[in-house]
Amino acid sequence: MKLELRGITKRFGSLVANDDINLVVESGEIHSLLGENGAGKSTLMNVLYGLYQADGGQILLGDKVQAFKGPGDAMAAGIGMVHQHFMLIPVFTVAENVVLGNEPNNRIGALDLNEARKRVTEISDRFGFNVDPDALVQDLPVGVQQRVEIIKALSRNAKVLVLDEPTAVLTPQETDELMQIMRDLAKAGTSIIFITHKLREVQAVADKITVIRQGKVVGQAKPSSTASELASMMVGREVDLQVDKKNMSAGDVILSVENISVLDDRDQRAVDGVSFEVRAGEVLAIAGVQGNGQTELAEALLGLRSMVRGSGEVKLAGSALNGLSVRKHLEAGIGYVPEDRKKDGLVSEFSISENFMLNGSFGKPFASGVNIDFATRDEISEKLIEEFDVRTQSASTPVGKLSGGNQQKVVVARELSRDVKLLIAAQPTRGVDVGSIEFIHERIVAERDSGRAVILISTELDEVLALADRIAVMYRGRIVGIVDAKTSREQLGKMMAGIAA
Amino acid sequence: MNVESKIMREILSATYTRIAISVLLGFAIGSVFMAVFNENVVATYETLFSNPGLTFQTAFQTIFDGYGALFKGSIINLSADNPVSMFRPITETLRLAAPLIMAGLGVALGFRVGLFNVGGTGQLVMGLLGATWISTRLELPYGLHMVLALVVAIAFSMGTGALVGFLKAKTGAHEVIVTIMMNYIALDLFTWFLRTPGLLLEEGGGGNPKSDPPALTAQLPRLLGDEFKLNIGILLALVAALVYWWLMERSTIGYRFRMVGHNANAAKAAGISVERTYVWAMAASAAFIGIAAANQGLGETGGLTSSIHANIGFDAITVALLGGSRAGGVVVAGLVFGAFKAGSPSMQIIGVSPEVLGIIQALIVLFIAAPPLIRAIFHLPKPEAK
Amino acid sequence: MTKTEVTPGMFSLSEVRPSWKTPSVLAFFSGIVLVLFGFLGKTGDVTYNLSNKGDSFSVPDVVVASTFANVVLGTLMLLAATYSGWLTIRQKHTPMWVSLVAGLLGATGLLGWLAAGNVVPVSFILGSAVVLAVPIILGALGGLMSERVGVVNIAIEGQLLTGAFMAAVVGTITENLWLGLIAAMISSAILSMALASLAVKYLVDQIIIGVLINVLVIGITNFLYSQWLASSGEEANYPGTFDIISIPYLSGLPIIGPALFEARITVYLTFILVPLVWFILFRTKLGLRARAVGEHPTAADTVGINVGRTRFWWVTLGGAIAGLGGAALTIGNVGAFGREMSGGLGFIALAVVILGRWQPFYVSAAALLFGFAIILRVWANGVSPGIPTDFITMVPYLVTLIAVAGFAGKVKAPAASGQPYIKG
Repeated sequence: MKLELRGITKRFGSLVANDDINLVVESGEIHSLLGENGAGKSTLMNVLYGLYQADGGQILLGDKVQAFKGPGDAMAAGIGMVHQHFMLIPVFTVAENVVLGNEPNNRIGALDLNEARKRVTEISDRFGFNVDPDALVQDLPVGVQQRVEIIKALSRNAKVLVLDEPTAVLTPQETDELMQIMRDLAKAGTSIIFITHKLREVQAVADKITVIRQGKVVGQAKPSSTASELASMMVGREVDLQVDKKNMSAGDVILSVENISVLDDRDQRAVDGVSFEVRAGEVLAIAGVQGNGQTELAEALLGLRSMVRGSGEVKLAGSALNGLSVRKHLEAGIGYVPEDRKKDGLVSEFSISENFMLNGSFGKPFASGVNIDFATRDEISEKLIEEFDVRTQSASTPVGKLSGGNQQKVVVARELSRDVKLLIAAQPTRGVDVGSIEFIHERIVAERDSGRAVILISTELDEVLALADRIAVMYRGRIVGIVDAKTSREQLGKMMAGIAA
Repeated sequence: MNVESKIMREILSATYTRIAISVLLGFAIGSVFMAVFNENVVATYETLFSNPGLTFQTAFQTIFDGYGALFKGSIINLSADNPVSMFRPITETLRLAAPLIMAGLGVALGFRVGLFNVGGTGQLVMGLLGATWISTRLELPYGLHMVLALVVAIAFSMGTGALVGFLKAKTGAHEVIVTIMMNYIALDLFTWFLRTPGLLLEEGGGGNPKSDPPALTAQLPRLLGDEFKLNIGILLALVAALVYWWLMERSTIGYRFRMVGHNANAAKAAGISVERTYVWAMAASAAFIGIAAANQGLGETGGLTSSIHANIGFDAITVALLGGSRAGGVVVAGLVFGAFKAGSPSMQIIGVSPEVLGIIQALIVLFIAAPPLIRAIFHLPKPEAK
Repeated sequence: MTKTEVTPGMFSLSEVRPSWKTPSVLAFFSGIVLVLFGFLGKTGDVTYNLSNKGDSFSVPDVVVASTFANVVLGTLMLLAATYSGWLTIRQKHTPMWVSLVAGLLGATGLLGWLAAGNVVPVSFILGSAVVLAVPIILGALGGLMSERVGVVNIAIEGQLLTGAFMAAVVGTITENLWLGLIAAMISSAILSMALASLAVKYLVDQIIIGVLINVLVIGITNFLYSQWLASSGEEANYPGTFDIISIPYLSGLPIIGPALFEARITVYLTFILVPLVWFILFRTKLGLRARAVGEHPTAADTVGINVGRTRFWWVTLGGAIAGLGGAALTIGNVGAFGREMSGGLGFIALAVVILGRWQPFYVSAAALLFGFAIILRVWANGVSPGIPTDFITMVPYLVTLIAVAGFAGKVKAPAASGQPYIKG
């Protein structure tokens, strides 16, 4: 069935997540929606699925305008969705999950599980899914769980199937199988919207590609476009950030990482045998599309995430860090600007001053003994607020009341004011206004110039190119290559797609 | 965690207006209960339609008398013929408020770390066990005896609390269920000690589980002479509040406690062991309850039975909620509920069931803890959504 | 969705290794029976009285030496522990029935030890345990229905107390116990609506609300009791109890006949409600939806299930059942309302929900354990004075504590329990 989105707009407070988005998906077409994390793809799909109400625009199915009050309406109209985080009940069987919300009853009013099983096997057989209707979902491999999601959608006669980042959790082999399934479904007349940020998959399976950046459609592309063309469309380059920086004068090796592997929350290898070195006075950027293990790597370097047993070693200025507590890592001289400041970097209920001492509560200068040294704290707070240009009424304002940029400045100020040997900055300018970006960039370069080692983890190619002395590109948990900062965008784009330099 | 801390914030940030509305509303509804079920008022129901004025007049008289008795029993007795009787009420309020403040501080500490310590009773009883052992089974010089009993009470309570924190940190068991179970276990254990000759059973005692009176050397000294039962407990409570204030607002320990309570993830990234914090926070919470245990165990002159815990562990929850988990607030809330306890007997005398105070107490805290209730009742707009 | 505590795969036999907890606990208790009650136990013959006089099938009393009985029972329990250990070595979980059988053997041994040189009225103890367990079972059923949809219900105590009070008062005033029963259920359901709407719609912390509802109900019933019921007991608090109904044939069975089939309507209602709730929860679409809401509300929402409404009605109906449990206290047993007469049964019910792993049948078994402990204390004091009965009453709490600490995070709490569902 033909699906058309006309001028969809969705706002969350002041944030415009979808800005006048138009999209046409023909019947039997695999239409890929390409964009970075946070570009607004998932929001758009949640609008389509009735989970969010759009602030503007229309949804047309088979040229008829639809008004979805909830997912129930969308499903009834023939839209099926396979969410990025599966919407399956782990402790239910496959059959129970498939019929949930649409249950067959037998004569005495009880659940007719035979009918439920039949629905599963029917679809499973038609597409060769090979799914046991009586298996508990939590016992199934992720790839099979995804097929259950697809069965769930198809059993409700979905004519338009939305797959939201379906390959994020799959092994390469499972990914290939999924693509075959998508082709088969399209052949059977189902329209498919395939949301992803993985270029290789888009090239392999899409009939049409729409690229979204910062809530807007930035253009259409053909599957025959090269990976680097797609990458630059997706990442964008309109903000040309230039930072003046002196030539690198790298010193001793500060951090050496040798062959470490790290598991993610789902116990899958997110970082797989990574090795690199960072020297004093250099910025090593770790580039790559979001979700290729950068987050887990950063957490492992701080000791927040333990490494796979038997994997290699991390040394800071010559002494091993493996197995030490986070506090020992911090005390050894690591500064950390986390990727998600609200979750890991700040306590929103605490005042700015209190947030400045977050990881400094164990000793000087913030504490004397077990007492907080309020005078010193206020002094330091005033100084840092001034120095880092945090726009606030006073140091006692709760940090949650500040704007994103000012919150980030608080985190950066805290980490840079500590005497560290190594600074790990993960997405230091995400969700930050342009003025603050410039400021934070300058401070990071200043750190480097003062002889500290800096690891910059960023998915923004512009940021990487502006700050890095060397660039390591991560892809699927591995470092594809470590290259010079003068490497071309095209080359980096290829590397981000997994093609070695 | 996020949602919880949001709710905590809402409770903690209760504005004075809302507290005032809650208190007034609590008393208003309490008054209705008081009037509607009063014997004198009930007697006028026959003529409710022919002479509604009489009913209303009687009702208002009842409410007036009831709160009058409360005042007389908890603040000052103006109709007394000697100064001792006149001022006894306020001293009783102070005496009864002391353990509420102490235990309230303990529960409040838990709240600020995101822990709900419903185990006040169990921790109190374990503290009592320790304190009673020291106070009835040892012979020590005056002063030292009392201090030792106090320290042992705190230590016993702390141990019980730390065990809860340990179970939570290590196994993920919810502290509410664990503490409720520990309440019963502790009570049974204490009763067994009280029942068993050679342990805590009174000398020559028979079937009833009851201990000897605490040794004179261990009893809390009285503050105002033998005429008044008021002992140094209230001073201990104020010292405890001061310690609490220092711990939670001034020290790095409390700072880390609060950090874990607000955002455990950020605390982890800041190098704090969240698990260890749970253990220490539960121990600290229980330590304050241990002071209340000592107050109960050493404040008596007669033998103790297991009912000496007087439900303080539970009342402490309402005290902490009303006090907004701040030192000053808890002291005030403890005094208010202490006054309720002190005023009960004189309400009883005039035929108003003092249990109405239990309703008022519950309502006030319910309104404070559930802001939507008040908003719904008064059709107030929601505070600015974030 | 980023919950790390809940281990996926908790049901899966392949991923999670069975722990040594069950065999060790079993071995511990069999050791107590074998050594303390058996080898070191009190000498004297014990008479297990299995049927009442006048039963249609009369079974002779079993007379046996207490120590001997306990050695035999202890050995059998040890066998169960060994079997459980063997299963654990083979990477299998010990089935629930093994623990239940071992528990029954242990209880028999305990009775024999207590009553050395005396008589054990088995039917009487069992029957009393059932009557005492009924309010716990019904309260726990209410709690279970609430937790299955993801709302933690700490207010069971308040619901029981409300039910007990209303049953007594309405039953007395209308002189109709059935009306009392219905009033108990409705009033407790209304109370639950307050809990449900505050927790579901207004997102107030469920635990705090539950605790405060308890405090409020205790306050109100205490007040009404002392201001009203105490002085006018005849007119307001003298409902009497339902008649005891003997079920023909069944009541003549040995042991269980008098214990289970000579009882009041509240007991029989419980017998019906437990399987009914189980059936609805696990065999109908209503139950499937309810459990989906409790496990993964977002997923339920995406298939068009109204999370808020589901939660609201399950909590409310659960409250009605808990109210019935309260009625069982007054018009189903004692015959009048007493101050704070629920005496913590609501909190026990809360524990029982967890101990029974959110399954109606297991929950009932766990509640029986508590009922048994309560009657045992009373009976043991009479038959064998000087026994530290405090430890007998302590056992169920300890078992719960071990279970909660041992299973928490791994076992079967509805995954979204206690979490408000905030859309979008």
